[in-house]
Amino acid sequence: MLRLIKDTLGSQCVTLWRVFMHAFAKTDTVEYPDVQPQMAARWRGRIILSRDPDGEERCVACNLCAVACPVDCIALQKAEDEEGRWYPEFFRINFSRCIMCGFCEEACPTNAIQLTPDFEMAEYVRQDMVWEKEDLLINGTGKYHDYNFYRIAGKKIAGKDKGEARNEDAPVNLRSLLP
Amino acid sequence: MAKISVDGIEYEVDPDNNLLQECLSQGLDLPYFCWHPCMGSVGACRQCAVKQYRNAEDKNGTIVMACMTPASDGSIISIKDHQATDFRSHVIESLMISHPHDCPVCEEGGECHLQDMTQMSGHNYRRYDFKKVTHRNQNLGPFIGHEMNRCIACYRCVRFYNDYAGGEDLAALGSHHHVYFGRHEEGTLENEFSGNLAEVCPTGVFTDKTFSAHYTRKWDLQTAPSVCAGCGVGCNTAPGERYGTVRRVVNRYHHDINGYFICDRGRFGYDANSSDQRIEVARFRHGQESQFNTLSALEAKRQLNAMIGGDVIGIGSPRASLESNIALRDRVGVQNFYAGFSDGQFNCLQEVTKSLRETGLVCPSIRDIEQSDCILLVDEDITNTSARLALAVRQASRSAATELAKEARIPLWQDAAVRELAQNTRSPLIILSPQGTRLDDVASELHLLRLTEQLHLLQAIAHVIDPQANDLDDYSEANSSLANNIAEQLCRAQRPCLVSGISAESPALVKACTNIGKALRAHHSKNAESPRPIGLCFAMPEANSMGLALLLESGGKSLGAALQRLAQGNVDAAIVMENDLSLRVSAVALEEALAGQTPLLVLDQQHNSFNAKAQLLLPTASVFEQHGTWVNYEGRAQSSYQVFRPSEGILPAYEYLSITDPVQQCLVSSELIIQELARSDSRFNSLTDLRPPRTGISASMKSPRQSHRYSGRTAMYAQAHVHEAQQEQDRASSLAFSMEGVMLQKDASLMASPWAPAWNSNQAISKFQEEVNGELKQGSKGVLLCSRQSNASPYERFDIDSEQKLACFAIAHLFGSDEISAQAPAIQARCVGPYVCMGQSLANALGIRQHGLVQLETATVRVQLPVIIRSKIAQNCIGIYCANEVDKYALLNGKVALQAVSEHESHIASSRAMFDLLLIKDALRGEA
Repeated sequence: MLRLIKDTLGSQCVTLWRVFMHAFAKTDTVEYPDVQPQMAARWRGRIILSRDPDGEERCVACNLCAVACPVDCIALQKAEDEEGRWYPEFFRINFSRCIMCGFCEEACPTNAIQLTPDFEMAEYVRQDMVWEKEDLLINGTGKYHDYNFYRIAGKKIAGKDKGEARNEDAPVNLRSLLP
Repeated sequence: MAKISVDGIEYEVDPDNNLLQECLSQGLDLPYFCWHPCMGSVGACRQCAVKQYRNAEDKNGTIVMACMTPASDGSIISIKDHQATDFRSHVIESLMISHPHDCPVCEEGGECHLQDMTQMSGHNYRRYDFKKVTHRNQNLGPFIGHEMNRCIACYRCVRFYNDYAGGEDLAALGSHHHVYFGRHEEGTLENEFSGNLAEVCPTGVFTDKTFSAHYTRKWDLQTAPSVCAGCGVGCNTAPGERYGTVRRVVNRYHHDINGYFICDRGRFGYDANSSDQRIEVARFRHGQESQFNTLSALEAKRQLNAMIGGDVIGIGSPRASLESNIALRDRVGVQNFYAGFSDGQFNCLQEVTKSLRETGLVCPSIRDIEQSDCILLVDEDITNTSARLALAVRQASRSAATELAKEARIPLWQDAAVRELAQNTRSPLIILSPQGTRLDDVASELHLLRLTEQLHLLQAIAHVIDPQANDLDDYSEANSSLANNIAEQLCRAQRPCLVSGISAESPALVKACTNIGKALRAHHSKNAESPRPIGLCFAMPEANSMGLALLLESGGKSLGAALQRLAQGNVDAAIVMENDLSLRVSAVALEEALAGQTPLLVLDQQHNSFNAKAQLLLPTASVFEQHGTWVNYEGRAQSSYQVFRPSEGILPAYEYLSITDPVQQCLVSSELIIQELARSDSRFNSLTDLRPPRTGISASMKSPRQSHRYSGRTAMYAQAHVHEAQQEQDRASSLAFSMEGVMLQKDASLMASPWAPAWNSNQAISKFQEEVNGELKQGSKGVLLCSRQSNASPYERFDIDSEQKLACFAIAHLFGSDEISAQAPAIQARCVGPYVCMGQSLANALGIRQHGLVQLETATVRVQLPVIIRSKIAQNCIGIYCANEVDKYALLNGKVALQAVSEHESHIASSRAMFDLLLIKDALRGEA
């Protein structure tokens, strides 16, 4: 009999006590938006396009982000300046389709496209969820500070001649017979 | 057949081939670079190493290069052997030592053979610590981009450009790891097939410059199987579209026609599709007003229907699809349907279609021409009118080398060995032409003759082969020895071939060539043990010249007759479809016809001086924007599929012209027009097999136009409207404007861009061939429409015009003579203005110096044109290049008076700059 009381009544009292004690526990919810949450740097939120340490656009319009995108919400067009540097003529992300998976960032060979901890992207009009390059491009290097694709790749651009990329010899003189 | 064992599995292979080719034919993955199905092996890259074992007991084996080892019976090899895979991974590592790490900014990325092979060979990280070799690039002209750092020195480019296509201005320069592939100095690549470098190069050294200007990755292009509309050869192409414009055209393999290569007109002419000369909206003008009203597509159609009433004549076009010509003919009635050819071409084509039906002769496909062992090329400058034919003729000149190699028991794929053995031995290629051609370097004989002289010689040849060909007894002494010589070579040949064309607009020439064919037939039926195929073909200037000619067999009159009716003014309206009549008749004749004030309804793609006169001008779809059927010079009908929907208002001509039943809207589809033609006209019966059937499962399971990696679907047009529109529906074909669907049975006639797992480049095509360089596994090759008659017809009789003091012939250019492709910016950069060419003696007599001006005057026209004096031109003969500007027919049909014009030095300098573009090697230097 006693055992029965202990098993039923006692257990219920313990439960009630525990619920009561939660009234004094530290709260986990924050008073958003009055209090801003602390987001981890690696949080996958709003997508940006970054610039290289020289302040030039990092994106070379290689299209790898677009092809990696599982919802196909990235569209862009390659253009090229007179000196041979590739850049996107337009770069469009339809955030109303984006699932913030981060595949684009993984695919990007130049660290141009990055996901940021910002998640506040609600809009009243769906059309406003379509972001163009002007909206996406920031004036900094984002998470990766030192990487500059063109300093490594052997393509000639303004300010970097053939043979000036990492690990490159000066261009061959074809008229020379020396070994 | 031989049996070889690869990794323990037995395969039946052809012992005449090498191991690499046979492994690929069996669908095995074996990396390679320098080998190419059309160019054989040289063993330069060492990438295709496999282990070969002497016998079943041999456990060690030796590493051999698969491309340099014959697939002899009983061979035991291993691709997977760890030493072989190790070897290959080290080879690729060495090849990649100086690779510039620039795939993201490389046009080849995503369809790169080097990427594929690097993956396949398992190389990841560069372990080499020393510096990379770098090179400076060259500007190679408007077509080809150059990025030499990416080179892996496989030598494919020079082997194609020099050995295969006969180019002279690309070379391997430098030595050891400094080797450089480029020109001796910066400048435009001269060869007419330079565009193929972009496909031949396994990496991104040579890329398509026009494609780069509006670059899109291969996986993002919407492609459909198409046919080149640049000339009458009918090369298969795969145009790619993105964001509503054509981005590039690449070769699409066809076993009998283009194989792996197309010419630069076909490859770079596509940009005309989005040129500023494109007609985009319909426009209408009341009476004689100068103001135009623009019309919507529906209004335009209504206006057209309102204007077609009573006695309406229709003028068809050799550059419009078969469907459009049929729709026009059906709309106006056969009695009111007129050919869109110039009258000269019309007469020629009547003879050509007759010759195509002549029993005992064959019309050779490109591949047949390549295998011919004696070619007589008459009058036509095929490099400039049907360039792909010229490439085939160039290969044919190697038939002698093939014979020598067979005698010496050298396998034909041993490319360097065969060339070494043959040296300059070539099979006979006899060229009769009024001027030097680009094929002169492989010609065994070049005879510079005027048209009338050629006709006399051809008659003499026919007479020598078969004395019954004509009752000729007055040919000159010189002609007789020449004729004997040529006749003897033609008779001796196992696979003789006559190639001519209709550019000269001389029916006598067609008859004379046909007579030689008939004479050879008679000769062999008497003498030879087995019947020999006697090839006879005529190059066609436009994509559907032959289709229209075949259509006209069942009724339809010449353009001259149409203009006569117009001039008389007893016609209610005239419909001119996709045809610039100012290029077909002299300006005077056209003016007379238009003076009749007949309302003119023109359907066309590009604005030109003629359709500016139209009362109603309707924009029509180009070859990329419609389903169409095109008949090439052999009489082979082929389908081209719509690559993308053009902007609203642009319709295929047949959609304007067909009478639409409001209930059955579908009546206007090209498929139905063709089916109806096949049913109603017995000559076109075989067209029912042209397109894959659309019944059963294939009706619902369409083939995709987009790759399975197609990107950006939900963002491409999101700037305009964030809600994605419904995918375009294609009810008229087996293809879908979608990435969904299956390649049904891998039907090759529906497959625009080949792709196989691990094979992203165009080399994936070997996965879809019966054997490498063989037929495609499935799909239509087009259908031949000309069946041969059962009995032979007698020799043709013709009169040869009496010799004139001065003969004129028309010059054609690959870049510029075709009116559509000439609108493409890249092609325009290679176009030249009108000019006259003549020989030194004539120039001296007139007192004209090199690049000076000459005045040409006939009864109706007077023009001043720059002159080029060249050594290779027939006596008393001038060539006129009209550049679609100068009144060609007034000059060629009239009596031309020549007169030197005094000019400034600045004129000479500007003409010289123009003539430098022409690359005429035999132009005389210095003053006259």
